[in-house]
Amino acid sequence: MAVTDKTYHDELAIVQEELDKCMKCGNCMAVCPVYGADKVESAVTRSKIAVAEAVLAGDLELDDPQVYEMLFNCLVCKSCMTNCPTKVNFDRIMLALRAALVRKNGLPWLKKAIFSTLKHPKLFDAGLRVGAAMQGLAFRSEKGGKAIAPRSPFTKVGSQFGFDDGRQMPSLNIMPLRDKVPEVVRAPGSTIKVAFFTGDSLNYFYPDAGKDLIDVLTANHVEVHIPKEQNCCGVPVLVHGDIDTVRKLARKNIDTMEATGCDYLITGCGSCGGAWQHDYVELLASDPVYGPKAQKWASKTCDISTFLTKVIKLRQPKGRIEKTVTYHDSCHLKKSMKVFVEPREIIKSIPGLTFKEMKAPDACCGSGGSYVISHYETASAIGQKKADDIKATQADTVSTGCPACMMQLLDNVNRCGGEQDVVHYISLLAESYRKEYSQS
Amino acid sequence: MLDQSIIEQLEALVGKENVLTGKVDLVAYSYDATADLPRQTPDVVVLPTSTEKVQEIVRLARRNNIAIYPRGAGTNLSGGTVPLKKGIVLSFQKMNQILDIDAANLTAVVQPGVVINALNTAVAEHGLIYPPDPGTVATATMGGSAAENSGGLRGLKYGVTKNYIMGMEVVLANGAKVRFGGKTVKNVTAYDFSNLFVGSEGTLGIITELTAKLIPAPKYRRTMMGVFKTLTDAGNAVAGIIAAQVIPATLEIMDRMTIKTVEDFANIGLPTDAEALLLIEVDGMSEDVVTTEADSVMRVVTENNGDLKAAESDQERDSLWTARRNALPALASLNNTVILEDATVPRSRITDMLIICQEIGKKYDLTLGTFGHAGDGNLHPTILCDKNNEEEMGRMHKAVDEIFKAALDFGGTLSGEHGIGVAKMKYLGDELGQSGVDLMALLKESLDPDFLLNPGKMVPVRGN
Repeated sequence: MAVTDKTYHDELAIVQEELDKCMKCGNCMAVCPVYGADKVESAVTRSKIAVAEAVLAGDLELDDPQVYEMLFNCLVCKSCMTNCPTKVNFDRIMLALRAALVRKNGLPWLKKAIFSTLKHPKLFDAGLRVGAAMQGLAFRSEKGGKAIAPRSPFTKVGSQFGFDDGRQMPSLNIMPLRDKVPEVVRAPGSTIKVAFFTGDSLNYFYPDAGKDLIDVLTANHVEVHIPKEQNCCGVPVLVHGDIDTVRKLARKNIDTMEATGCDYLITGCGSCGGAWQHDYVELLASDPVYGPKAQKWASKTCDISTFLTKVIKLRQPKGRIEKTVTYHDSCHLKKSMKVFVEPREIIKSIPGLTFKEMKAPDACCGSGGSYVISHYETASAIGQKKADDIKATQADTVSTGCPACMMQLLDNVNRCGGEQDVVHYISLLAESYRKEYSQS
Repeated sequence: MLDQSIIEQLEALVGKENVLTGKVDLVAYSYDATADLPRQTPDVVVLPTSTEKVQEIVRLARRNNIAIYPRGAGTNLSGGTVPLKKGIVLSFQKMNQILDIDAANLTAVVQPGVVINALNTAVAEHGLIYPPDPGTVATATMGGSAAENSGGLRGLKYGVTKNYIMGMEVVLANGAKVRFGGKTVKNVTAYDFSNLFVGSEGTLGIITELTAKLIPAPKYRRTMMGVFKTLTDAGNAVAGIIAAQVIPATLEIMDRMTIKTVEDFANIGLPTDAEALLLIEVDGMSEDVVTTEADSVMRVVTENNGDLKAAESDQERDSLWTARRNALPALASLNNTVILEDATVPRSRITDMLIICQEIGKKYDLTLGTFGHAGDGNLHPTILCDKNNEEEMGRMHKAVDEIFKAALDFGGTLSGEHGIGVAKMKYLGDELGQSGVDLMALLKESLDPDFLLNPGKMVPVRGN
């Protein structure tokens, strides 16, 4: 593509106007999870802005180790943006800086730099690549086979980056969701058809939740298209400044969705949905072909809860679920997609279920994609707070709307001795529908 | 640059993790929330974890003649925490423990790094509040707000920080630790040290512990808004409310420029041809009293030709507050530099002050909106300008000079709640006269003869 007008992804100086909006009032300190854990000013948004100003003024170099370490000590959770009186779009500043760093020194350099603090990055990478076949060797099964804990010898090499005995991750399922389900799932009496963008997490880590989402849609008489050709949403590479790759992914995903001819695009992950609603539009703003398409799909994108409660009329669940449930607001679902009322509405509509709100439900859980790997200690301190708040509700189940949060919650609930199950809220609704069927 | 051996001694004192020297860290402590001030990086940032460590750091600094800048959250609006002469920034973010909540005595003992809101959350379960509420309650620390003597929206009825500090522990420039005051309501032992150190902006001693006064949380409240066609009507309404013997918890005013900007910014249905808006909240322990007070307020607003809205629910209260909450953000959105002043006049001169601020804005062709605490005479004339436009910044400085002169001419003061810091030091003589400035210097030099504590603030460094 010939870039006619650059976006902040291509030219750092474009974010100057965002920097100028910052009054240094410090309101971001009240909500920044990293600052809450670290208690030093370089962790907080206004300081990162001050450093960005120094970079643009030529007083600091972007590839100075202290500068890029500070750059990546951020979850990009957008909490600061919800508390900012002058509406600084800090996510743009952060992405522009990271993209500029990649332009300056290249992606391989950056990856090496980020993970240089880890003692055994190669082994970590290998650990993540442990396929389903290897899983039984490396990890022991816990919590009914849905969670895995590292087995020795991974424990030994992994303790530097959180793969110690206590670390729990979802199991890498043998069969990903998109291999399990047909590309089109028809529903009797359907008048509306939607495309389900699974994202990687619901496809690989939580295919059961993905299947629940499809079941809920068909139970509501909605035809679901799950194109096999879809790719990762690109947010994980976007936050590392790899703009070329995310643009490629965005265009491919748009092509895939165009081919379905669906009325809506449904997500069950705040990061994926946020990518479709905002990031693709901004990334492709100067692309004459894909820019307008990105805009169109942005307006068609809904989180599953929004679709069920605002677009169609939710089929009221009748199957009783005797559980006490709390809900964690995923940062990207609430702060990027502005979805927080709808999941609660769905959860509360389930008969037999008791809903308990936790203290600060929209405080970040500390996941932040690879942040949890590169800054395991801080992420754990943030997660610990969340786990304590969950525990205080005395709920037996914690629900959320984002798979990345589910992973982090699973790890931290387990770490502080909690007994709560971690589920996607859509699975609660699916469970209620299933109960209703099995009883009738 | 400090000698490496000093850094090593500091590390030995408080631990390596509590001594920051990286250039990014130094940039992070080079500013506060004040616009139009030079930034300066310190040589080192130290995060002490106990009073004893603070004493050791002060002794080390004194031996080596290094300046020290105590810092809370760095949200002040007077340049109070900028490390002008380099040296050590002493950040209290890690001394953030609530040491005691004593519901029987209505007191709390806190370390200086406790965030104001955190104290309020902790005392809420006892049905108590700590009333001072500067705009930054969610981030500002108890130590910082005591050092700055912060005010807030409830000043008229509940007073400001100085009315709630009953005792302190302070580390002096010679490294000695003193404790005074405490949990007793009455205490006339010795000089009133609390009132010396509250508002001293870190120039006389370093606050390491505070005993704060708490009060029972008001159980009932009513919120009202009055929109006026003339400033005179609004001013008469303020006077009328006080004359009706109602002391509202909040009595806020916004001028035409602010109303219009807020409406453009937030689209909440404010009439953009109005000259003034009052936001009034009454509260108390008895529903009867609160209702009676609210009725009086509503009558006064109507009698003074105000268009009245009264909130009937929490949601409606929230929407009335939206206008006030958006005042600063809306004005700030107009340009890249926000000059937020806090010149304060006797309540009876509020209307005069609002008019003169508008005239000064016009005279210097500046974007100027005024809002603030009408009930206690504390206004926030706010100038929005472009930091890259030297000529406009020049006009802004002249306008600020005139605003302060006007406040003093009306029998008011330079600062109602932001403090002097660097930003207003040059005006001190205009209010205090030479003898007052000399008294300041005398106090400073007797407590901090080497000018080690927050030098260059409030009192000019000797010889400069």
